[in-house]
Amino acid sequence: MKIAVCIKRTPDSESRFRIAASSTAIDETGLKFDIDDFASYAVEVALQLNEKQGPGEVVVYAVGPDAVQETLRKAMSMGVDRAVQLKTDSVPYDGLAVAKALAAELAGGGYDLVLFGKHAFDTSSGVVGTATAELLGIACVTAATKLDIANGKGTARRELEGAAETVEFSLPAAVTIDEGIARPRYPSLKGIMAAKKKPLETKPAQLGDVRITVKALQLPPDRPAGRIIGEGAAAVPELIRLLQTEAKVL
Amino acid sequence: MLDFYNIDSLLTEDERAVRDSVRRFVDERVLPIIGKAYVEGRFPKELVPEMAELGVFGANLPEEYGCAGLNNVAYGLIMQELERGDSGVRSFASVQGALAMYPIYAFGSDEQKTKHLPPMAKGEVIGCFGLTEPDYGSNPSGMITMAKEQKDGTWVLNGSKMWITNGSAANIAVVWAKTNGDPSDKSIRGFVVPTNSKGFKAKDQKGKLSLRASDTSELVFQDVELPADAILPKSGGLKSPLMCLTQARYGISWGAIGAAMACFEEAVEYAKNRVMFDRPIGGFQIQQVRIADMLTEIVKAQLVSLHLGRMKDDGTFTPQQVSLAKRNNVSIATDIAREARRLLGANGILAEYSAMRHMANLESVYTYEGTHDVHSLILGQAVTGLNAFK
Repeated sequence: MKIAVCIKRTPDSESRFRIAASSTAIDETGLKFDIDDFASYAVEVALQLNEKQGPGEVVVYAVGPDAVQETLRKAMSMGVDRAVQLKTDSVPYDGLAVAKALAAELAGGGYDLVLFGKHAFDTSSGVVGTATAELLGIACVTAATKLDIANGKGTARRELEGAAETVEFSLPAAVTIDEGIARPRYPSLKGIMAAKKKPLETKPAQLGDVRITVKALQLPPDRPAGRIIGEGAAAVPELIRLLQTEAKVL
Repeated sequence: MLDFYNIDSLLTEDERAVRDSVRRFVDERVLPIIGKAYVEGRFPKELVPEMAELGVFGANLPEEYGCAGLNNVAYGLIMQELERGDSGVRSFASVQGALAMYPIYAFGSDEQKTKHLPPMAKGEVIGCFGLTEPDYGSNPSGMITMAKEQKDGTWVLNGSKMWITNGSAANIAVVWAKTNGDPSDKSIRGFVVPTNSKGFKAKDQKGKLSLRASDTSELVFQDVELPADAILPKSGGLKSPLMCLTQARYGISWGAIGAAMACFEEAVEYAKNRVMFDRPIGGFQIQQVRIADMLTEIVKAQLVSLHLGRMKDDGTFTPQQVSLAKRNNVSIATDIAREARRLLGANGILAEYSAMRHMANLESVYTYEGTHDVHSLILGQAVTGLNAFK
């Protein structure tokens, strides 16, 4: 089986973020970047499927400047066979533009499965996976929490509000991966050394038109300071009164 | 993890990748269980297969023996991260890699290397290192353990060793002994001793108030018969075990930074959140001085070990330079752990926090692998040319 995984490089979600002077992006000074969490689940799922299905190939793709090479090598250190960087000066906000670059590259690649994270931590758009599937004209299952391939068909589980559904789909297909599906393996130290010798190809990205850009980025307003009304049961009547009259939540 | 001096910029991409992978392992696997293991006085041996899978055992030894073939800076960063978890966990890896695998690699025959190193890298065979004796700690040249060669080339070993990390869990012990009745330290040779040999006994040392998440044992050898190929052919004299200690001390200099980083992070987090006199205690000058002192010493220690690692990779480092790093870094880590414990107030004595565990652990680290005082004398001799030991 041949599996492609499209990954994104995003800042560590536990960082403290500041807005850049342009006020349309975050200030990247001092931020630590890594493979996006959802993308790392997709890599793990691809590696597990490949181990189960027998000899195949897992190839990882990323759109972006040379900094994404480190992220691609991280995926290779986990066990991915080779990597392709679709080079751009920066990653456009417009997911469709990114999807066009990926689809142009993936078409004709002979992939049985193309995996994505459900969405990336930095934009939370969730566009690239579905748009790429559409451009490739293949089936698309979103937010899978379980994925199996057998007899040339795929099955995936999706979590719904208060229920779960299992879907079956034909191959080739694109699947976007939700959390909880698999714990990404630790890149082993030998894997890290081996990744340096694996092929990493760089090609210019054939981005589509960028039709969406960020105009402004704002932090949520500061929460007003809390107020201590009193202590114990004696404070309850006053608390209820304020919740009714001031906060108007009761 | 605060990188105040952007020391990351001095590391290569693979060095950072190695550090990050081990860091995640420690965050996810070690930190959640280590406090309880420490209180129970138990080495968490369930971590061994995962540590092996990750590749931490003998990580700076060559790939042909199943090791990762990392440079010494990456190896040091592994030690730093493991000890950010616990000195006992780092000690396990240090002993397995630098004190059991390294002597087999450096002084062993090709057959010994091929036989022992791959299963040790996989964590399937655990090793320990027997040099220190009940009456010979800082003065190993006085050791009385003796191996006698028999007519058929086999050996008989008698004696005892003490303070042996991994001693009771080990499958093989690298034991240093004088040979054939010669009391001079020039007769010291290394032997690979299977721990299931007849006459070999390992007894856990009980009642430790430090390194509680680590096995420490006494080894007794009573007429232990060893095959001819038990001897490490290229070992000779006290210099051989001291070379192993140089490897391990190098790793310890990094490990101590990890313990200090853990205490610093915990202290800063606590200082920002703990409210006393209606404000976070981190706003008080006395705590800010503590934090500034901790930060400064950590940055200095990081730079010392990093440069030492670069010199080790270039093959230009000296054992005396390793002494400086071990002595300084463990000493500052010990002080940082104590100050962090104090900053945490009463909470600082709980196993739920890490400061007091590190503080107690570091007293052992301060004492083992050349005590702080012995390293002072090594440096004194390096500078003055005058030997304080004689």
